[in-house]
Amino acid sequence: MNNVQLNHITRSYGTIHAVRDVSLDIRSGELFGLIGPDGAGKTTLFRILTTLLLPDSGEAKVCGLDVRKDWKEIRGIAGYMPGRFSLYQDLSVEENLRFFATVFKTTVKENYDLIHDIYVQIEPFAKRRAGKLSGGMKQKLALCCALIHRPRVLFLDEPTTGVDPVSRKEFWDILSRIKKQGITIIVSTPYMDEASLCDRIALMKNGVCLRTDHPATISASYPHLLWAVCGADMYSLLLDIRAYPETYSCHAFGDRHHLALKSGKHEMNDLKHFLQGRGHSNVTIEPLVPSVEDYFMNFEEDKLCM
Amino acid sequence: MMNKLRILRFLLEKEFKQIKRDSLLLRLMIFIPLLQLIVLPFAANFEMKNINLAIVDNDHSPISTRLTDKIRSSAYFNVAVEQKSYESALFFMQKNKADIIVEYPSRMENKLVREGKASLSLTANAVNATKAGLGSAYLATIIRQYNLDLTSVGKTSSVQVKSMYLYNPYLDYKAYMVPGILAFLLTLVGGFLSALNIVGEKEKGTIEQINVTPVPKSLFLLSKLIPFWVLGLFILTLGLLLSWIIYGFVPVGRLWVIYLFAALYLIALTGLGLAVSSISSTQQQAMFTMFFCNMLFALLSGLFTPISSMPGWAQTITLFNPVRYFVEVMRMIYLKGSSFSDITGYFLIVCLFLVLFNTFAVIGYRKKS
Repeated sequence: MNNVQLNHITRSYGTIHAVRDVSLDIRSGELFGLIGPDGAGKTTLFRILTTLLLPDSGEAKVCGLDVRKDWKEIRGIAGYMPGRFSLYQDLSVEENLRFFATVFKTTVKENYDLIHDIYVQIEPFAKRRAGKLSGGMKQKLALCCALIHRPRVLFLDEPTTGVDPVSRKEFWDILSRIKKQGITIIVSTPYMDEASLCDRIALMKNGVCLRTDHPATISASYPHLLWAVCGADMYSLLLDIRAYPETYSCHAFGDRHHLALKSGKHEMNDLKHFLQGRGHSNVTIEPLVPSVEDYFMNFEEDKLCM
Repeated sequence: MMNKLRILRFLLEKEFKQIKRDSLLLRLMIFIPLLQLIVLPFAANFEMKNINLAIVDNDHSPISTRLTDKIRSSAYFNVAVEQKSYESALFFMQKNKADIIVEYPSRMENKLVREGKASLSLTANAVNATKAGLGSAYLATIIRQYNLDLTSVGKTSSVQVKSMYLYNPYLDYKAYMVPGILAFLLTLVGGFLSALNIVGEKEKGTIEQINVTPVPKSLFLLSKLIPFWVLGLFILTLGLLLSWIIYGFVPVGRLWVIYLFAALYLIALTGLGLAVSSISSTQQQAMFTMFFCNMLFALLSGLFTPISSMPGWAQTITLFNPVRYFVEVMRMIYLKGSSFSDITGYFLIVCLFLVLFNTFAVIGYRKKS
């Protein structure tokens, strides 16, 4: 079974608690997302699971193998793609691939079917040095190298950070194809919109796991009615909405503001009048289906109110 | 075992590929030995020539004139001026036109004939202490020689001192410097380059990707050391050839003794590089640490200044300097033709360093994992 388990994992760097009492149960063949902002402890979890770092306390198992005792075996069955591009920039694309195949005691030919879809896209540059590839190409090469030994669990640390939206979409398509091979994929991302692409997610913040569930379940459990507000002067609109006495919370989300009110059955016309009184004429207010990000932001809000 | 060898082969293949592609490193590897061997033996030359003399002859006798001629004929001195008085000669020294003033007292010949002895004064400008010291010593030798010439006139039984310089009969400074520089070159390659290379992988993050593979750490480190060991021996060969082509120096002793010692020495130094790389996380840190080490190594190795003239405590420090032993061994083999059995003690010491440095490296890396 390609499952991954974490039981009460804690790890500190000096006085900083990078990960605090995190327990996760990731099922075999799952596409699991670790979602959270920078400094949430995602990379630390990855480093523990890939045996690069020992936890202070708690236990972790990859495919039933203990990260403390069976680290040698884990290194043979796990694929890891660090957040930073860490292949040899002075070796060519195919040299990198061949190198990583050999250090995993296999050959490119043996597992070529697994990477074929991805590799064909970088194959025209096979002789090019890895350092001279574009960002998206580097990403694909790194994924190929992490997959070349047909790992049972694939760890991807922020694979889409700094990648353009088209390549990001492409990358997630590739992941769902890899998943079909029965490989468990654990991926971290600071982008909340990518959460819905995972089977299940864990929301993390400051080293603590806030909640683990299906993304749809999490966003459905958002406790308020949510409205999207648009207007001409977005910044002063945000400040004015926040000044409205019935406002529970209001956050800027791209081109609109997400607004939650204190009571559910509030008349939206009152708000419109209030805003008109403050000089906002063409304000549109529409109901909105909450997302994981709304849930995450609300979690913050609740903590502040407590 | 076979499997490990196979992986090591691939790791080495990768290392050599990377080194081959590092065009700057390759150019430096040819350029540094060439430059050091061509420039340093001339530049780091403590033989003093062209020492400017001012002679104040208050005697004006045949004896004093002959002495002046004798000094003049020496290759070391330029008699800049002959001055009337000590004061005017001193003025010359102040203008940096004279390094040493020789003053013959008046009635020197008279005294010599009557009392059998006379004294003259030497005044040296000690701003350049080496020039002053060596110059005075050279002068003293000339005067002593002259003295002997004088006293031996008519006395056949007088004792004559004759110096003979063994192993380097013409006191050729270059013959002494070149073997030492060769030793220092290997120190640079073995210590510096290996440390920088490993830290480079840390800095680029590639070591992380290697660490998650089943490649054992020992194998990875071995793949880092072997290329620099090979490169070190290559540079040694290049250096031996260059010193033969440029200076015509060939070691009097056996080549294989040099290679054997160098091979062990390189393992010791790459161990040091490894230890340094285990405590540094950036190339800058490693560079600085190695630079600091090399500075101490060079100045306390006896390469430029004789260890015997250092104060006692500094001499004690040199005992812990591996470069010191290699420099000595190179000079002994090159000039004296020492054989393996002559320098077994040195072999023992280099083995000690080998074990010590590599233990540091292993401890340093064990703590991290």
